[in-house]
Amino acid sequence: MAGPSPAGGYEKLDDHINRLGQRPAGGPWMLDTLAESGLRGRGGAWFPTSRKWSAVAENSDGHAVVVVNGSEGEPLSAKDRVLQTLRPHLVLDGAVLAAETMKADDIVIYLSRAATTTERIIQAAIKERARAGLNEPPIRIEKCAHRYIAGESSAVINRVSGGLAKPMFTLKRAAEKGVNDQPTLVQNAETMAHAAMIARYGSEWYRRLGTDSCPGTGLMTLRGNVKRPGVYEVDMAASLGGVLDATGGTVSPPAGALLGGYFGTWLSPESMQDLPLDAERLKKEFKASFGCGILAVLPDGGCAIVESTRVLTYLAAETAGQCGPCVNGLAALSETMERIAASQPEPDDYQRVTRWIDMVRGRGACHHPDGAVGQLSSALTVFKTHLTSHLEGRRCRGTQVQGFPRPPSPGEGWK
Amino acid sequence: MSGEIQRKLRVNPLLCTGFGYCAEIVPELISLDDWGYPIVDTSPIEDENLMQHARRAVAACPRLALIIEELAKVPR
Repeated sequence: MAGPSPAGGYEKLDDHINRLGQRPAGGPWMLDTLAESGLRGRGGAWFPTSRKWSAVAENSDGHAVVVVNGSEGEPLSAKDRVLQTLRPHLVLDGAVLAAETMKADDIVIYLSRAATTTERIIQAAIKERARAGLNEPPIRIEKCAHRYIAGESSAVINRVSGGLAKPMFTLKRAAEKGVNDQPTLVQNAETMAHAAMIARYGSEWYRRLGTDSCPGTGLMTLRGNVKRPGVYEVDMAASLGGVLDATGGTVSPPAGALLGGYFGTWLSPESMQDLPLDAERLKKEFKASFGCGILAVLPDGGCAIVESTRVLTYLAAETAGQCGPCVNGLAALSETMERIAASQPEPDDYQRVTRWIDMVRGRGACHHPDGAVGQLSSALTVFKTHLTSHLEGRRCRGTQVQGFPRPPSPGEGWK
Repeated sequence: MSGEIQRKLRVNPLLCTGFGYCAEIVPELISLDDWGYPIVDTSPIEDENLMQHARRAVAACPRLALIIEELAKVPR
């Protein structure tokens, strides 16, 4: 997806077509090509993209909705913003291909209200396409409150249907009944860009990089204790250490890292060097997740217990307030973990925390509670030895260490 | 026969406000968490007697949050 840095903002339609060539029209062939390519969703779940597109195609009778999820509510992530502001036409190409392939008549670009630059650029890109007379279904923008879970698939459907950006409880899949009860594809912006490349150059070309289970490249956001923070396109066959070396390494010796974002996994410094990026291997062999491609590195002396608690407290405040286990569980966990992080635990605080982690898991309408306790649980497991010193009341200098990104203030409103 | 369809309890966590009647009616399948919200055993209900209790719990929920989900059994 990378290429020369476009002069004057984003890559205009002419430059885009000159660089990559004309886009082929979508159709049933695209489902096979996607399946052969092995492309997986880059919003964090890594679900096979061809299966999602096929399910909507099966249910579509000429009325279906394609939603490009570019809302990026994850505070540590910048990849979708960078992609959409530099290569909007690649993302839009993917969306149009999806619409043509599954016979959808409505294309929605779903953006956070806070992303004003992205909105302006996407708007300009849509106008360019209309002026060029491209024969495409109409593309429109829908905006949501800048919140962590506004990008959750059922929240997206709720919001695009005119409601709040809060998750729903539903027994039907979006592919059957999504936006305004129509078959709906909700797909992360980066995934759309990959689909547009695969349509042009084929699945064999895509498989030249990456691994068997995770072919191609992926966008990564590097944050915290790294010499050159930013967004990078990486070979999915690379190791975490390889990515760090190629991007200039860390500033101070890393004390660990958070991989995959706020729903991700904490890593010990020892495990980082040889860790694969391959989502399948990470899940099966390391019980970790590449999530939406974030690596946030802890600085020397930084403390994963402290930072994980800050993340938890943010996520507790970002609950949609709909499900008892999420509202009560995350608040209770946050309050208790704040005491442990400050090395001032009450007796049985740790027992409460482990009990509540198991108690809230899987009991929300969405995976917000699961993600929140997942990252906490990994911090407690990986940094078990250090956790003991917090539980024994020894002061931790990690509370004072700067250099790991702090969570923002919780968002406001749900529209 | 009932062999064709699997029935399991499910709670809609969006509707549930933790009245807790369900846990009194089918303690075999539902317990309450530390905040009074139901933890539901979602394995298929085979026992007819247990199914009757499950149906009573569904009927008793003031929020209509408890449902019996019916799924076609996946052939092995």
